[in-house]
Amino acid sequence: MGRGTTTTVGLRPPVLTLTGGLCLCLAALAFAAVMIGPYSLSPTQTLAALLGQGDRQAEIVVWNIRLPRVAAALLVGAALAAAGASYQALFRNPLVSPDILGVSAGAGLGAVAGIFLSLPVAAIQASAFIGGMAAVGFVTLVASLMQNADRTLTLVLIGVVIGALAGAATSLLKVMADPYDQLPAITFWLLGSLAAITTEDILPALPMVLIGLVPLALLRWRINVLSLGDEEARALGVEVGRTRFLVIAAATLITASVTALAGVVGWVGLVIPHIARMLVGPGFGRLLPVSALIGAGYLLIVDTLARTIAQVEVPLGILTAVIGAPFFVWLLARGRRGWS
Amino acid sequence: MLEARELAIGYGSTEVGRGLNLDAGGGEILCLLGPNGCGKTTLFRTLLGLLPALSGAVLLGGKPISAQSRAEIARRIAYVPQAHAPPFPFEALEVVLMGRTARLGAFGQPGRQDRDIALTAMNRLGIADLVQRDYSRLSGGQRQLVLIARALAQEAPLIVMDEPTASLDFGNQAQVLAQITSLAQDEAKDGRGVILSTHDPDQAFALNAQVLLMKDGTSHAHGPAKDVLTGANLSAVYGIPVSVENTTSGRKVCLPKLEAQSAPTMTSDALTIA
Repeated sequence: MGRGTTTTVGLRPPVLTLTGGLCLCLAALAFAAVMIGPYSLSPTQTLAALLGQGDRQAEIVVWNIRLPRVAAALLVGAALAAAGASYQALFRNPLVSPDILGVSAGAGLGAVAGIFLSLPVAAIQASAFIGGMAAVGFVTLVASLMQNADRTLTLVLIGVVIGALAGAATSLLKVMADPYDQLPAITFWLLGSLAAITTEDILPALPMVLIGLVPLALLRWRINVLSLGDEEARALGVEVGRTRFLVIAAATLITASVTALAGVVGWVGLVIPHIARMLVGPGFGRLLPVSALIGAGYLLIVDTLARTIAQVEVPLGILTAVIGAPFFVWLLARGRRGWS
Repeated sequence: MLEARELAIGYGSTEVGRGLNLDAGGGEILCLLGPNGCGKTTLFRTLLGLLPALSGAVLLGGKPISAQSRAEIARRIAYVPQAHAPPFPFEALEVVLMGRTARLGAFGQPGRQDRDIALTAMNRLGIADLVQRDYSRLSGGQRQLVLIARALAQEAPLIVMDEPTASLDFGNQAQVLAQITSLAQDEAKDGRGVILSTHDPDQAFALNAQVLLMKDGTSHAHGPAKDVLTGANLSAVYGIPVSVENTTSGRKVCLPKLEAQSAPTMTSDALTIA
C-alpha cells in the first residue's frame, strides 16, 4: 500500500492475513459441520474417518453424507457471493444481487419444467442450468437490439421483464402440477436446499464454477474501471461492451451452475459482498476472493443450521432471508459508509 | 495531435452541430466557450471517440479515431470528466491508478511502477495526503484534482477536461487553472495539449488560451483569446451585452452589463415566485 504522509491509517487488515485467516476459519467450520448432525461424531472419530481409519459407519456418514453436503454448501456460497460481487461492480449498484438479469427466474422455470415432466434428477439440474443461461442470454440479446444510450439500465429493465415472464410461467406450471407429488418438490426447489446432494451432483457444477471464476479473476482490474461507468471506462481504454459481456457470461455461468445444484438461494449474493467490501474495500482483486470465502463460510453455517435446527429440513432460502434481511436493514441503517 | 475536420456532431439523426474545425497539439490550451446547449459536451464526446461523428473526421495522431481501439485512444487522450461520486468507496490512489489501464494488458494489474507513476502524479498536484482517503468522501475540488492526477498517470499527450472548474470554490478554481497552465508549459514533457470547456471567458484570458467560441453547434469565432473574446463576439454568443475591460495589472476581464433590461426574465421570475 502507498505510504507517505497519509493521515488516515487504513483500517483494512492486510489482505493476505485476512485471506489466510478466513481459510483457517473455513477449515474449522467445515470440520465442525462434518461432526454435527443426527449421527453425532467426536473430533477424533471425524479425523479418523477423514483419514480412512475410522469405523465403517462413521466413514459412511462422513464420506457419503456429510462431506458432499459440506462441499456443496461451500461451493454454492462461494459461487453466489463471487457472482454477486461481480454483478454489483458491473451494474455499479450495491443493491444488485446475482438474479438481477433473471438467472434465478430462468433456472427456476427450467427446474420446475423438469419436475413437472417428471425428469430424473440430473435432467432437472441440466434444465435448470439451461433455463438460467437462456434467460440471461435472451436478456443480453434483447438489450443489444435496443437503440438505447444507457446499456446498463436497459439490461436491468429487460432482466426484470424476463424475470417476471419466467416467474409467470413457473406459477402456471405450479398450478398445473400434481399437488401431492410434484408441487412439494417444486416449492422445496424454489426455496433452495442441499438435502439430497451427492458427490455426483457436485462434480458437474464444480468445473463450471471454476471456469466462470477464471475470467472474473483475470479481469479484476478492468472490473474496477467498469464500476466508474461506461463512458469513463471507455475513455480510460476499456472495450466496455466486450468486457461487460465476458463478466456477465462468467457470473451467469457460476450462478446458473450452483442454482441448478441447490435451487434458488437468495440473499447470499446480495449481502456477502457488502461484508467483504467493508473488510477489504471495493478493489475487485481483493473483493472477489474475500467475498467467495465469506460466502462459503456463511452458507456452510446456514446449511448446517438447516439440517439440524428442526426435525425436518428447513429450506435454505428461508434461513438466508431470515438472517440476511435484518442484516441488510442494519447495513442500510449504518448509512452510506461501507457500501456507498 | 488531434484534428477535427468539417465535423458534424449529434446523436443518431439529431444533428447538434456542424462545420467544426479544430487543432490541438502539445503545449497548447484550447478553450471551448459557448452558452448551455451549444454542443460543447457533444463535441467532447465526439473528439474522444465516444460518439461517432455524423460527418467529417476526427484524426488522432494522423489516423481516424474511429479506426483506433479504446486503449490506443486512451494512450493519446486522457479525459477528465466533471467530478462525481462513484458508487463504491475506492481509495484516491486506486482512482488515480485507473489511469494506467490503457498501459496494461487486458488481464493486467497495475504494478509497482504504475503505483510510482500514480504517486508522482498525485505529488505533483499537491494531493499526496489524499492517497489512502476514500475518494467518494472527498470534496469537489479534491476529487477534481484526483481526476487530473489520473489523467497525468495516463501519460497521454493530450488532456480533455469537461468544465474542470465547475462547482469549485474560488480558491480551488484558481488552483486548478494554475495546474492546467503548468501542464501545458511543462518543459520536461514538451508540454501537454489541453482542451477544456468552461463557462467563464475570463479563464481563457488567464490561461492565455486559444478559443473556440461556439453558438448553436457552429464555430462563431476561433483563435487566440485576445482576438476572439471581444465585447461584440461575446454579446452575440451569449445574448447579453458584454464589455471586455483591462484591469490595472493588465489582465483582461469580461463584464456582462447587468442593467435591468439585460436580464428581464430572471428578475421577473424571481419577483413572481417571491
